[in-house]
Amino acid sequence: MTGASVLFDAPGPRARVRNHVISGVTVVVVAAVAWVVYSRLDAKGQLTAAKWEPFLTADLWRTYVLPGVQGTLTAAAVSIVFALALGFVLGVGRLSTHTGIRWVSSVIVEFFRAVPVLIMMIFAYFLYANYDLFPSKHLALAGVITGLTLYNGAVIAEIVRAGVNALPRGQGEAASALGLTWGQTMRAILLPQAVTSMLPVLISQVVVVLKDTAIGYQITFVEMVRQGTAVGSSYGNYIPALIVIALLMITVNFGLSSFAVWLEQRLRQSKRGPAPLEAGAVEQEGAPGAKVV
Amino acid sequence: MEIFTEYSDQIFAAFWTTIQLTVFSAVGALVLGTVLAAMRLAPVPMLNWIGTSYVNIVRNTPLTLIIIFASLGLAQTLGITMANRRSPTFIIDSNFRLAVLGLTVYTAAFVCETVRSGVNTVPLGQAEAARSLGLSFGQNLAIVLLPQAFRAVLIPMGSVLIALTKNTTIASAIGVAEAALLMKEMIETTAAVLFVGSIFALGFVILTLPLGLLFGWLGKRMAVAR
Repeated sequence: MTGASVLFDAPGPRARVRNHVISGVTVVVVAAVAWVVYSRLDAKGQLTAAKWEPFLTADLWRTYVLPGVQGTLTAAAVSIVFALALGFVLGVGRLSTHTGIRWVSSVIVEFFRAVPVLIMMIFAYFLYANYDLFPSKHLALAGVITGLTLYNGAVIAEIVRAGVNALPRGQGEAASALGLTWGQTMRAILLPQAVTSMLPVLISQVVVVLKDTAIGYQITFVEMVRQGTAVGSSYGNYIPALIVIALLMITVNFGLSSFAVWLEQRLRQSKRGPAPLEAGAVEQEGAPGAKVV
Repeated sequence: MEIFTEYSDQIFAAFWTTIQLTVFSAVGALVLGTVLAAMRLAPVPMLNWIGTSYVNIVRNTPLTLIIIFASLGLAQTLGITMANRRSPTFIIDSNFRLAVLGLTVYTAAFVCETVRSGVNTVPLGQAEAARSLGLSFGQNLAIVLLPQAFRAVLIPMGSVLIALTKNTTIASAIGVAEAALLMKEMIETTAAVLFVGSIFALGFVILTLPLGLLFGWLGKRMAVAR
């Protein structure tokens, strides 16, 4: 039945007319709201060329935006690498048959999922500052990377656990029937297959990491949001600056999310290999104790 | 320990602000999120498009940017503060309400996706059977569909609430006196990084872990057996 969903039946002639009317009303309402926003911005002089022209100069991009982009990308890249390593260790630990290792890994993972990223960043930043562990130039970067690594490592541990648990049980059973130890099974049979099914979710997690680098704003880390406010304060154009930064981030993140969804659909269609975990899972941050995917 | 006794009033006040931010933003996000989900699920293409655009834009923006925009953009540039200028607590009220606004706008996108995924777990056959029995649209929703959708959605909604509780720390970027801001102050005054960090980490574990376990238990108990 085309047009049918769980909530609505396929529209008949009266329903179609009604839907068109509702569409028309919506367009009018949206246009009215847009006009109100436009006139408000105009009344405060936010739409004058002087506010938007600086974005056409190379100077602004070189001095402000590029260092911000560099900071964001550096922090994100390093955090992802460390988080993957930490996540795999903790994830396999949680799957261990040894009760002690399993218990310790579970406590660590649930703890780092329960504490906010900002708290961990502040803690790391002042810890490094007090004990002089990093040159002051890199203090904020180190704090941001530590916070992001700890949190995303815990989330990736849960993703690894979900990935291995989603594999057909016969894989593990066949491995033990062949006489492989638990460690050999993990390394040779389960983890390689789980990696394929985890790929879309991991790409979604990269988007989360990119967004969370903005939290470094509060420990004076030079990233895109901070540079956006710097542009705003030096050229007096907060709203245009923040809109431009937002557009940059939305474009990159939306591209990555779409890629993750496309990859998930490709993997789901392929006959070889395990079914992928859902890329657009609602909220990968979340309840300690609740599933991540 | 003297640090804790010295600051205990402020610590409880800060966590109380965190809880208030969470509750107000949760209510707002639930309302706005359900409206957005209704828009995305409606048979009207225009409404679908608006809902989808909102969710895609907001989900891919950092929350810090939204809250900074609320403060620098709305309040400072456009003069849209949400408090009475003549009141003595004007700045505190204004920052708090702007933070609630930012958190609501951000979390509503995730609530919308949760509700949508909940409705999608209900098999199409349920609605078809209800229609073939002659139930009206309203009866269909109230008796057959929404009860199943809500019961499926409890655990993800719990996750969204926990994430909201942790995201309230970002409100400290615009000066709201909640946990993260107090933590920074305490570390700068007392320089006892490990102890202060433990206090606040413990505080958030106390806030989030019971909530997570509660929603997990509730979700499993109310899961629809199929």
